[in-house]
Amino acid sequence: MSENLLELKNISKRFGGLVALDNVSLVLKPGEIHCLAGENGCGKSTIIKTIAGVYTPSEGEILIDGKPVTGFTPAQSVQRGIQVIYQDFSLFGNLTVAENLALNTMLLEGKKSVSWKRIRELATKALARLGVTMELDADVESLPTSGKQIVAIARAMMGDARLIIMDEPTTALTRPEVDALFRIVRDIQAQGIAVLFVSHKMREMLEISERLTVLRNGKKVAEGPIGDFNEAAITRAMTGHDLTDQTYEWAPAKGDVQPRLDVKQLSIPGAFENIDLTLRAGEIVGLSGLIGSGRTEFALALFGMNPKYTGSVTIDGKAVHPKSVQDAINSGLAYVPEDRLTEGLFLTQSIERNMLATSFENFVSGIFIDRKKADAATKAMFAAMQIAAPSPQTPVNHLSGGNQQRVVLARWLLTGARVLILNGPTVGVDVGSKAQIHRKIRELATENGLAVLMISDDVPELVQNCNRVIVMHRGRFVDEIAADTLNEDALNDRLKALK
Amino acid sequence: MTIFRRSEFIIAAILVVAMIFIGLINPAFWSMDNMFGLLRSNVIIGIMALGVLVVMISGGIDVSFTAFAVAAMYLTVKGMLYFGYEGVLVPFIAATLIGLVLGAFNAFFIHTFRMIPLIVTLGTGSVVRGLLLGLVGTSIINIDKMPPQLINFAKVNLVNATSATGTNYGLTAMILIYLGLALVTHLFLRYTMIGRSIFAYGGAPEAAKRVGFDTRKTLLFVYCFAGALAGFAGLLQGSMIWQANPRDFAGFELDVIAAVVLGGASIFGGRGSVAGTLLGVFMLVMVKNSLIIMKVDTTWQRVVVGLIIVGATALTAWRDRKKLV
Repeated sequence: MSENLLELKNISKRFGGLVALDNVSLVLKPGEIHCLAGENGCGKSTIIKTIAGVYTPSEGEILIDGKPVTGFTPAQSVQRGIQVIYQDFSLFGNLTVAENLALNTMLLEGKKSVSWKRIRELATKALARLGVTMELDADVESLPTSGKQIVAIARAMMGDARLIIMDEPTTALTRPEVDALFRIVRDIQAQGIAVLFVSHKMREMLEISERLTVLRNGKKVAEGPIGDFNEAAITRAMTGHDLTDQTYEWAPAKGDVQPRLDVKQLSIPGAFENIDLTLRAGEIVGLSGLIGSGRTEFALALFGMNPKYTGSVTIDGKAVHPKSVQDAINSGLAYVPEDRLTEGLFLTQSIERNMLATSFENFVSGIFIDRKKADAATKAMFAAMQIAAPSPQTPVNHLSGGNQQRVVLARWLLTGARVLILNGPTVGVDVGSKAQIHRKIRELATENGLAVLMISDDVPELVQNCNRVIVMHRGRFVDEIAADTLNEDALNDRLKALK
Repeated sequence: MTIFRRSEFIIAAILVVAMIFIGLINPAFWSMDNMFGLLRSNVIIGIMALGVLVVMISGGIDVSFTAFAVAAMYLTVKGMLYFGYEGVLVPFIAATLIGLVLGAFNAFFIHTFRMIPLIVTLGTGSVVRGLLLGLVGTSIINIDKMPPQLINFAKVNLVNATSATGTNYGLTAMILIYLGLALVTHLFLRYTMIGRSIFAYGGAPEAAKRVGFDTRKTLLFVYCFAGALAGFAGLLQGSMIWQANPRDFAGFELDVIAAVVLGGASIFGGRGSVAGTLLGVFMLVMVKNSLIIMKVDTTWQRVVVGLIIVGATALTAWRDRKKLV
């Protein structure tokens, strides 16, 4: 028997004229945890689908146990013990845990009839193998994400799995859940099963994997034991260049300048109390704290989504009390929500329409939209934002995450916003786009004179981009770290002290 | 599965309350005569509802089955008259097959072109009705021409009795066919892989494909099953009312869908049960029957059916949404 479980030899895959994979080789040994890293669109999913037999490579060879396989299909891939856990888990929410676990095996066995006793037996066995207990009769849709993931992993391990591929498994998990997942992954490994861990989160790769392969633009750009890498090396491999880690510098303007945003004694009982906040032009102020600290509630109140607050809000010296989102926009506020995909964008619509979505009233003459004026504005914004797309007419769902985020930013700039509130601006964005978004935010602050409030859980992001960071806890501002003492350790310490 | 049990329990409870209420207003409701009549009215709508249930579990909807039922009935009766055929079994098989083949067209369009089931079945239903009236005929085949063996078959009663006023009545044996089909449907949904594939497809179509279900087969089965049951029910309807009317069942699909929704099947797919559907069918028939007894105008009955659809759908939608949060 060969010592390689799976070997991809010089695999290329083309879709029409597009090269998704270019001469990529990958070796997986039995029982190893291997990490496949790369930015969105680098060919990670094409590799997964090639190994799963969904795509047939245009060139190259797939070897399993040292023997070449031809005409590889999904069914054959499963037969040879390869299991893929996709990001959406491919579970059936309307069926019970037991049935979800047993369906695969029963299908593989080519069963025509269903024995419910057997379903329970199979499910019990599958969960026992992972060492977890779970209510077998619960509907899967009633489980939390981490529970669904356990079901998906347990299901993948049935039927003599030898390689489990996990596609971005930690995206929707909290840190304790990630730890639990890693324990399970190591358990799987102890049973001699190889795991291919697909991710773009560097810390997790360094923590869990033994070997690493990095893809960029469909090419393999680095590989080796994890000991050969550190964050900077992986970043360089993934993006192709070093990313600046220069912190944001801001100096107050000379003289007595009016603050952009001045919040005094803002309170909503049960959400937050006595918040005082002053933002000046060009400032980027971080706001951190645990989930439930009241930070999102505070942002939403400013943005007119909960007008029942007491206290005062002043923008550029003018007292405002936004009672609706429209009010807030008119007073010069902009809010970019956490989940830009579900809350912020019309995915099938063009970049242009998405940009104009909140500012159409700025481009009307009479009852009609002034197309010329709107076109000029969106074209200028399209160029200024450096959105990578053929034209402003491109639908937003054709863009990468980072470019989508820029469309959202552009939209708010078109409203003439002077105060920008960002909630988790780079959640789910890969490292290269992240840097570009950060650069854009800084430009907006320095060149356009915006005041930015950046709500984030990402400590490096806050440290790098903010001139000061406020820590919120149980509805109050409890701490503030000024620029001169701001570093990752300091912020981490303060956040840990909250518990 | 507790949710199923729970929603069926609720439906049954509502049914009992409604029956007591209706019985108080109109004591004749509880008479054996009325009960037998009610059960008889369950047969056709019930058999069709079983088909619609399976379609709805798969996440689809079917509004073409009444057209298929009419086509199956009218073509079969016409054929029987043309050939002078004397039996009963072959015509029923023929009607079932006509429905099945027409159902296969639905499955073909829905699977091959990934079309929305509502649009496909609106289209095929309209085409089938139009072709039937345009090519086959528009005249009603009345009792004088209707094959007598069909009428005699549908006349078979399980129990016969004579009321105080001297009229004869009985419990039709057709109820056994309905309950038999219901049992088969239940066993099939619960204990066969293809039955489970319907639930899986209705819950997550993409995942069903990935797990390795042959979803083309699943869809083909679902729509053929609905078509076949409709075809069978169509001919049975003709036999029970002693006439074959090519314009029969107009608007009836709404009643059937209302009954299935009332029985707790989810409009989002993935949820539903035969037991619930039996209860839903009984409830709908009972409500309509009571409206007739209370001499409510038929136009108002449409209003009631519409309200039942909206109300029951809202309830199940609310139930399913709540679970997702």
